[in-house]
Amino acid sequence: MNRLLLKDRAAIPFDDLPTVSYEAVGDIVAGSLFGGLRLVTLFGVPEERDIVRLVALFADDAQGTLAVTGVRTSRGATLPSLTPALPAFHLFERQLWEEFGIVPAGHPWLKPVRYPHDAHTPRRIEEGYPYFSMEGEETHEVAVGPVHAGVIEPGHFRFLCDGERVNHLEIQLGYQHRGVEKLFRNGPLASKSTLAESVSGDAAVAHATAHAGLVEALGDTVIPDRAGLLRAIGLELERAGIHLGDLSALCNDIGYLPGTQMFAVMRTDIINTSLALCGCRFGRGLITPGGVNYDIDDRKKDRIARTVIRIRDNAGLLAAAVFDDQSVLARFEKTGTVDTDTARAIGLVGPAGRASGLACDIRLTHPTDAYARHRFTKRPLRNGDGRVAVSGDVYARAFIRHQEIQDSLRYVLELLGHLAVAKDGIAAPVAPPRPGMIAFSLTEGWRGETLHAAVTGGEGETRRYHIKDASFHNWFGLALAVRDNGVSDFPLCNKSFNLSYCGFDL
Amino acid sequence: MVLRLLRARWRHGWQAVPDPVTAQVDPMFRGFPEIAKEGTLSAGTIAACPGAALTTNPVSIDLGKCHLCGHCARAENSPVRLSSRHHLGQTRRDALVVTAGTSFEEYHARAEKGSDEIRRLFGRSLKLRSVSAAGCNACEMELNATTNANFDMLRYGIDIVASPRHADAVIVTGPVSVNMADALEDTWNATPAPKLLILMGACAISGGLFAASPALDRRFFNDHTPDIYIPGCPPHPLTVVNAILNYLGRGI
Ligand code: SF4
Ligand code: SF4
Repeated sequence: MNRLLLKDRAAIPFDDLPTVSYEAVGDIVAGSLFGGLRLVTLFGVPEERDIVRLVALFADDAQGTLAVTGVRTSRGATLPSLTPALPAFHLFERQLWEEFGIVPAGHPWLKPVRYPHDAHTPRRIEEGYPYFSMEGEETHEVAVGPVHAGVIEPGHFRFLCDGERVNHLEIQLGYQHRGVEKLFRNGPLASKSTLAESVSGDAAVAHATAHAGLVEALGDTVIPDRAGLLRAIGLELERAGIHLGDLSALCNDIGYLPGTQMFAVMRTDIINTSLALCGCRFGRGLITPGGVNYDIDDRKKDRIARTVIRIRDNAGLLAAAVFDDQSVLARFEKTGTVDTDTARAIGLVGPAGRASGLACDIRLTHPTDAYARHRFTKRPLRNGDGRVAVSGDVYARAFIRHQEIQDSLRYVLELLGHLAVAKDGIAAPVAPPRPGMIAFSLTEGWRGETLHAAVTGGEGETRRYHIKDASFHNWFGLALAVRDNGVSDFPLCNKSFNLSYCGFDL
Repeated sequence: MVLRLLRARWRHGWQAVPDPVTAQVDPMFRGFPEIAKEGTLSAGTIAACPGAALTTNPVSIDLGKCHLCGHCARAENSPVRLSSRHHLGQTRRDALVVTAGTSFEEYHARAEKGSDEIRRLFGRSLKLRSVSAAGCNACEMELNATTNANFDMLRYGIDIVASPRHADAVIVTGPVSVNMADALEDTWNATPAPKLLILMGACAISGGLFAASPALDRRFFNDHTPDIYIPGCPPHPLTVVNAILNYLGRGI
């Protein structure tokens, strides 16, 4: 048996992890890349002496199952790089090299990922990053960051340009690295909700839900239906709020100011609804392992429903005007395209993946809690003229936001309706994590698949904590999207992805 | 198309908060902690505080470390109640500590105004340069929100600028990682004097949640003393606006 299937609650004894060769991990993916197993994550668990156990998690999106396998290796070992054949491995292999000194022989661009303070590779960004360079008469480089012109997280972008055309964009991150994964190991895992919310504050509910799901899997806790409903309301409000904000920002980047202002104000209304729900505009404080911290009464329910209906209608009206405007379409269409094959090969997730034609949405493929009990449905992705918006360009990534705002707000109204019958409390007591387990928890955040994983030790303490934010793979999608585009279209491409620096840097 | 846009504009109406100085926030907001003189917190509650902001005997909360998560207030028989008072800005680090019995009014009165010179120079025009340094990006989103159509800090002549060369103040968010330490120092040095240093959020003020991480480098603060501290996680846009207005002598 080269892999173990996980169903329902994704926790198994760590010792049950199969052991295969590293090449076999590649075979599992290569054998079924199209329509079969997709690599979700690959990370190392340090063991006694210099031994490192690699854990590879795969998803079967058609069956709604997960599969896991392991590889025994050691610090400083050399493994044959799988990246040349399977680009989705490229960041994971760089990460293993940076963390454990495991060398992927034949990796085409072995470079640091995030410069952790205890890395085996350069520990400070000042020690240099081996940028690609390009020579030619018309070529030049544009370097931006780490501190950007706006109020935004730090990162360095280097554009290799041929005149106005971008040949390659190299994105170097790590400035936001604050050692998050290791901090999860201090103290009881159940007390780490605030830390989980701070993995990426714009996806606080998604990360807190992933963390809570992990604690529940480790303790075999089932949350009340009502708690699941309130969590899903929090998640969908978060999604709608960000999408509205991003539509506003996209309008701003093309100088379409009515859209900028009106979408921004709608976002305010939605995030103020999160504030009314749980005391924070970003949904912080809502999620706790076992359920949620806040309930809503009928008055608040009605108030939330009224706001949601108003914003759903107003956003729909404004989007209809925006996506019908030639001056908007001229900038959005065919800008920053990532085609379906590329998206699949590099492992794009979330709305960016869906806009490139991938059927990736954890809410549909691996639903848990409310999403499993109260089916979430989507409308087909068609725009006004009946075209399906999976063109992988800025247009598709913008249009999908509009569609998802409508889907999310409609679903929130359904969930609010279910609250009337779900009266089983808002939190279940949480059992402590079982010792010697490995567990995985997946949530579809607004940005896409959000994974938290943990390995517990002999006392149930957290031995290893691992996070994969949706940004992890999607940053590379942005780099590919801007190729052959004008350098001045970068802000537009960037906004259409809106990726997290801190979620990547951890 | 134009008609739809006009209809959308009509429905949009007038959205600016009429007076950000007197505006209230939703009663659910977790703001100023009121701590009763009686009652204690269990060792478990204190240990679970994400920012290590709690002490006991008497119970106190350091708002420079507190993430306003509400955990201590939810504990059984807790002496802590988080009110929705959001004017939380301070000008001295030690003024951020709230002890049992401290009223909001006492706390608020501790905040000082800038000197006459500062108020003359910046009272009608203050340009901020943001440095985001290893936080979680929610502080950045709230800082951005201060300039949106709702909060519109620009009405007071306070704005965010793209270059430190154009700035009168540097506003820092996040706990400052090893990898951002140099960029923060460079930005500060590129800002012409006189200049203010503003810290926004528990992470910037104390390292917050991340204070124990070896991946931080906060030596910048050994050499530079902040002028304004804005507690919260993230601080509400109205908390930010009022902390600055107060310092400029234009608040309440
Ligand atoms: S509200 Fe503040 S003091 Fe209380 S537990 Fe949360 S962070 Fe600690
Ligand atoms: S204070 Fe809170 S919101 Fe601000 S950066 Fe820190 S964790 Fe994020």
